Amino acid sequence: MSRYPDLCLNLKECVCQEMGTIDPSIFWALLFKGGFYGMKKREVGGKYCLSGHPTLPCNVLKFKSTTIMLDCGLDMTSTLNFLPLPLVQSPRLSNLPGWSLKDGNAFLDKELKECSGHVFVDSVPEFCLPETELIDLSTVDVILISNYHCMMALPYITEHTGFTGTVYATEPSVQIGRLLMEELVNFIERVPKAQSASLWKNKDIQRLLPSPLKDAVEVSTWRRCYTMQEVNSALSKIQLVGYSQKIELFGAVQVTPLSSGYALGSSNWIIQSHYEKVSYVSGSSLLTTHPQPMDQASLKNSDVLILTGLTQIPTANPDGMVGEFCSNLALTVRNGGNVLVPCYPSGVIYDLLECLYQYIDSAGLSSIPFYFISPVANSSLEFSQIFAEWLCHNKQTKVYLPEPPFPHAELIQTNKLKHYPSIHGDFSNDFRQPCVVFTGHPSLRFGDVVHFMELWGKSSLNTVIFTEPDFSYLEALAPYQPLAMKCIYCPIDTRLNFIQVSKLLKEVQPLHVVCPEQYTQPPPAQSHRMDLMIDCQPPAMSYRRAEVLALPFKRRYEKIEIMPELADSLVPMEIKPGVSLATVSAVLHTKDNKHILQPPPRPAQPTGGKKRKRASDDIPDCKVLKPLLSGSIPVEQFVQTLEKHGFSDIKVEDTAKGHIVLLQEAETLIQIEEDSTHIICDNDELLRVRLRDLVLKFLQKF
Amino acid sequence: MDPECSRLLPALCAVLADPRQPVADDTCLEKLLDWFTAVTEAGSSLLLLQENPCLVELLFHVLKSQDLSSRILSFSLRLAGIFAAQENCFQYLQQGELLPMLFGEVGPLGGTSWTAPTVRSGWIQGLHTLAQHPSALRFLAACGAVDTIFSLQGDPSLFVASAAGQLLVHILDLAMRGPAEGHRSPQACDWPACAQKIVGHIEDSLCSTAIPQVTQALSVLTTVFGHCHGLWTQGLWVRLSPFVARLLEKDPVPASHSLVDFLLSVARSAPSSDRGLWETLAQTLSHLSPTQAGPLAFGILKLQDCPQALRTQAFGILLQPLACVLEAAAQAPGALGLLGAAAGDSVAVGTLLSSRPACVGLLCCALAHLGLLQPLPQRPSPWPQVPLLGAAVTILRLCSGSAAPTSDVGGRLCAILVGCGRVQRAALDFLGALSQGTGPQELVTQVFSVLLEYLVSPESSSMVLKKAFQATLGWLLRSPKTPGCCDLDPHTQLFLRELLPVLQKRLCSPCWEVRDSGLEFLTQMTRHWGGQAGFRQALLASEVPELTKQLLRDPESYVRASAVTATGQLSSWGLCATPASPERPGAQQSLLAELLHILSTDSEGFPRRAVMQVFTEWLRDGHTDVAEDAERFVAGVLQAVSRDLDWEVRAQGLELALVFLEQLLGQRGSHCPCAVAPPEAAPPGLLAHALQVLGRVQLFEFALRALFDCDRPVAQKSCDLLLFLRAKAAPCGSPREAGDGPNVASVGATLQKWQAGEQGQPLGLLEPAAVVALLRSIDLEGLRDTLAESSDHVEKSPQSLLQDMLAAVGALGESGADCY
Repeated sequence: MSRYPDLCLNLKECVCQEMGTIDPSIFWALLFKGGFYGMKKREVGGKYCLSGHPTLPCNVLKFKSTTIMLDCGLDMTSTLNFLPLPLVQSPRLSNLPGWSLKDGNAFLDKELKECSGHVFVDSVPEFCLPETELIDLSTVDVILISNYHCMMALPYITEHTGFTGTVYATEPSVQIGRLLMEELVNFIERVPKAQSASLWKNKDIQRLLPSPLKDAVEVSTWRRCYTMQEVNSALSKIQLVGYSQKIELFGAVQVTPLSSGYALGSSNWIIQSHYEKVSYVSGSSLLTTHPQPMDQASLKNSDVLILTGLTQIPTANPDGMVGEFCSNLALTVRNGGNVLVPCYPSGVIYDLLECLYQYIDSAGLSSIPFYFISPVANSSLEFSQIFAEWLCHNKQTKVYLPEPPFPHAELIQTNKLKHYPSIHGDFSNDFRQPCVVFTGHPSLRFGDVVHFMELWGKSSLNTVIFTEPDFSYLEALAPYQPLAMKCIYCPIDTRLNFIQVSKLLKEVQPLHVVCPEQYTQPPPAQSHRMDLMIDCQPPAMSYRRAEVLALPFKRRYEKIEIMPELADSLVPMEIKPGVSLATVSAVLHTKDNKHILQPPPRPAQPTGGKKRKRASDDIPDCKVLKPLLSGSIPVEQFVQTLEKHGFSDIKVEDTAKGHIVLLQEAETLIQIEEDSTHIICDNDELLRVRLRDLVLKFLQKF
Repeated sequence: MDPECSRLLPALCAVLADPRQPVADDTCLEKLLDWFTAVTEAGSSLLLLQENPCLVELLFHVLKSQDLSSRILSFSLRLAGIFAAQENCFQYLQQGELLPMLFGEVGPLGGTSWTAPTVRSGWIQGLHTLAQHPSALRFLAACGAVDTIFSLQGDPSLFVASAAGQLLVHILDLAMRGPAEGHRSPQACDWPACAQKIVGHIEDSLCSTAIPQVTQALSVLTTVFGHCHGLWTQGLWVRLSPFVARLLEKDPVPASHSLVDFLLSVARSAPSSDRGLWETLAQTLSHLSPTQAGPLAFGILKLQDCPQALRTQAFGILLQPLACVLEAAAQAPGALGLLGAAAGDSVAVGTLLSSRPACVGLLCCALAHLGLLQPLPQRPSPWPQVPLLGAAVTILRLCSGSAAPTSDVGGRLCAILVGCGRVQRAALDFLGALSQGTGPQELVTQVFSVLLEYLVSPESSSMVLKKAFQATLGWLLRSPKTPGCCDLDPHTQLFLRELLPVLQKRLCSPCWEVRDSGLEFLTQMTRHWGGQAGFRQALLASEVPELTKQLLRDPESYVRASAVTATGQLSSWGLCATPASPERPGAQQSLLAELLHILSTDSEGFPRRAVMQVFTEWLRDGHTDVAEDAERFVAGVLQAVSRDLDWEVRAQGLELALVFLEQLLGQRGSHCPCAVAPPEAAPPGLLAHALQVLGRVQLFEFALRALFDCDRPVAQKSCDLLLFLRAKAAPCGSPREAGDGPNVASVGATLQKWQAGEQGQPLGLLEPAAVVALLRSIDLEGLRDTLAESSDHVEKSPQSLLQDMLAAVGALGESGADCY
């Protein structure tokens, strides 16, 4: 019988129905100051994993009736199975022997070539696309891009799946992403290859091939590179966003990009409804490099945190690797050798150039030319200087001096760094050795780097230094064997390592962590390194390619707005300071994921003519409400009241949940508990009613 | 006290007593107190007060004045303490009731000034100085000072609290040393009341539940046993040991750090036959946590006389963490060796795995303690060198992530330790310390392998690398020689071949600390092995010498300095960048020119100092290129150094000049310039030649200029050099014996100008005879004595101090006019 005010927080569950009327007897809610109601709703989010590569993710999140693609990474490691595309005719590559089966059958010798015990496909390189069968990608509403490396598959998705939605990304991500795509297209298109190999992809044939071709997955879905036309079309679907900008998706969800500290314009995303929050952390860094620092605070209080894009080399500290890079570079050049640095045209190269800017004078390398060769080299160097608002504080300050934020401007001015679109043209006139060349592609399968590998590979004076962590350097070098030049592996990956992740998770405390399965166990080669995995409580939920994961959301409420006129009609009653209650009869109107409580329709007025009203006409449509009660019954006073009303021989017993008042004479029990009061008497309705009235005296009604 | 000071004293006292006068700074007051201490130590305080009544007046005035600064009040309390330290003066002051007014409850103790920590500190220090005689003890008891001191032990000012503890120790010692000294029974029952009171307070504090109070008591006791050596301290220990036993019953043991300090202090002062003490120590070792017990175990092992069983227990405590690591990482049983007994301790394992800070703290302490223990003569024997080496290697591998432990504990340890720089540094230090011993070849190979791993790893921080270089050097220099051959053994040669490319890379590091450590390592290695064929061969086949030479132009001055030292060392052994060959005969010469260039032009002092050290060494050792034309070399160096702004470079120039002189005229009899026996005179023919050479290299001018150098060490060194030269050149004869012509007179005039600071005028070429005459004419001994005085000996006089203090407030008449 008695109801404590706090219990009013336990809302009764109801199912939200479009335009449905809610029966006031089963729907009641706590009135908040703003005039909103909370309503419980059954809905579980789902996550579809389309990429097995943890740093080149492509996931689809179904959340609050929206379908959101998180990143659109392109796994380019498939290209390692192909022969390099030389810019200049390479007799060595063109004379490689064809591969034949053990029994001497040579039907694949046109498609497959052998080099130092490895077999390569002699064809235009192909890429492994995200899964397209797991979910109908035309149903994707939006694509959220977290950084320029994670959008390389965009043309495949937007141009070939019936996608009609919008892509959201920051301006630097789009501009530099465009450069990366442009470079990729250029690298492949400028060396047209007449031959296209497809025979080897036949499952029965593939089974006969040596590793790693034999083990390559889903080769039938591998695709050639897109065209510039497709790139432009894909990029036209992008809507630019700024950090902390709130973007409404169909009224159901709000998405917000946050700085992730990894690259220019790189973002993490918050995807939230009124009661649920999903954080998508992809490619973040806590190191002080050139981008704006990571915004950690906004990730707090997430129900689910999807964690991708951690460092690919968790055992290598970027600072140590930069030191290693500089030392080896200096050693090579001092001995008269050349240094080749296969790299992307944006990202770590900015930091490397900055380190070298500080280092070359001290190392006595001032006279050594540095060449940056890429079809987009000029644009990349210039873009980096104009995105001031996306840079770290120190670099932003420089802009106001005014000075270029990156010191590579000075290197260019002093002719220490020269950039060229390709090895053809001006470069061949200016080229002098020993020198340092930065050029792509890091896979060593296409781009100007192929030329330098062929040119310098034979001399042990030269060194190739791998700084990009995306490709296995041994596999990248395989088609160049035997190789005399020195190889140094200094992968510089500034993304979060496991120690940093552990601190981050402690700081932001998500209820659940979801991550690729690779992060939930130590690397296979270092199975004892328990520190190289995510350690959190509850344990992280893991996913793998082509898997669907149900996301757990503990809170399932919807926000409901109440119309002003309806709010006016309510008579809240303060049951304790700051908490008021009122009953409401209303119609719940739901449209575009917004829920509004509207006043109920007035009963139709009698049209007249009838002179006599029927008694039933006075009865409203809805049932007569019993008043709601609140408050508590002080047992001592209650007993005194009973005694005043003539009850004697009263005994009170304490129970686990409250008290039992025993009226021995009347053989009646009154059970007083936290949320109920029961009067148990033997068929004496009058007595029960009398006792009930005495109980009600202690409670408030409304 | 000299009359002039006596004359100034009344004015000074008046200034000090005047609250309107700006108070002199604390340094002056401290100097004044030092002076009074010296005066009272030299004579009677009573006489001093009687002759200078202004002093007592000052003390009285201080008591009356309401608005005097706390610093002057504190000063007065300390001053009174200095005077009252002599018993007759104490009586004199007591007659005037001055002491109770200063130190009793009616004095500052009860006033508002007591809130100033400096006053409380002055009060304690005054009493500390005062408490030197039995009358003082009676006074302390009468004025209730001891209770105040008890309360001051918990003073919010740490200085006051510490001074209060020390005063308690002093009073206790004074009471126990009293007239019955030597006969004082160790039995506590007949101790004086004052001592009883203090000991009773300590006992109460030891029983307290408040840890700060326990800490205070233990801290007082630690000082007592550290400083007081009477028989009574044994009685004190007997009386207090039950209280210690009660402390040990608590879990956790309160104030464990202070308890360890106290027990070690007792153990150091107690006779070795005290079984009770050893039992308490053993009990404490077993009660404390592994982290707390480490310092106690280490302290016990350093004791000279200590029961073997206790030493074994203590050693076990230090070995426990390493034994746990070895056990956790063991691939095969039996790896523990002598540490086996210490393994399996669940408490140690629990601490290691409880958290990263606990694990790191425990391991670092154990490694540091064992490293310090290793070279001591009293280190435990047998010393488990082999398992300790194994443990150090294992820890380093766990830290680098290269160990692959199979056990669960090992896996967790690996996760905790991987990448931990602190443990890496401690383990490398320990590994370096273990290089004093040896080990089986297999294990030594592992040592070199793990050291190489650290030297190669890009993950190694600059500090870790420095430690790795140091440990490597230790192990390399301990490498056995091949039997029957003076060259390096094959293992070492193999290691060198792997090491030099790493060193090459490190010399190119963008981090200057790494380049510097690499160069220091190279210098040390060359110094020891420059003559070993195997080393020479490996080094010359590498690019290390060339890189080292390039680092002479490093932007970081420390690196340039280290590069100078390294190239100097390489060159001494003929290992410099390009070996002298028919094609490039000038290679070595160019190094000399390069170093001279650094000496003349480098803007930083460190590289220039390093060049001078190299040059001095080259000259002393007869380096080929220097020996070819030493005269030209010395002339060039002295010319470059003479105007150097860095006094250390100039002083080093004099060192080089001295070496040159010795080579010309013969060795000094003793390195001490004050040696009684003068150096033997040089034969006349040799002397004439030498003086001509010295004139040509302008050594005289350099040395004479240095004689008036504004930096005293330079002038002293020059004085020593000229004394040596005079002894060689003109051991006897009157100053006017030779060449007292116009030449000498003009030189004398020039020298006077130099002395006055006008150093522009050159000395001109001096005839040998004129040099000899000049040397005789200068009072070098007098100059040496003057230079031996501290530079402020004139200003340090008490008279000067009083004048300064008076001048500061304008109380001296003559300073009134020059204010503007």
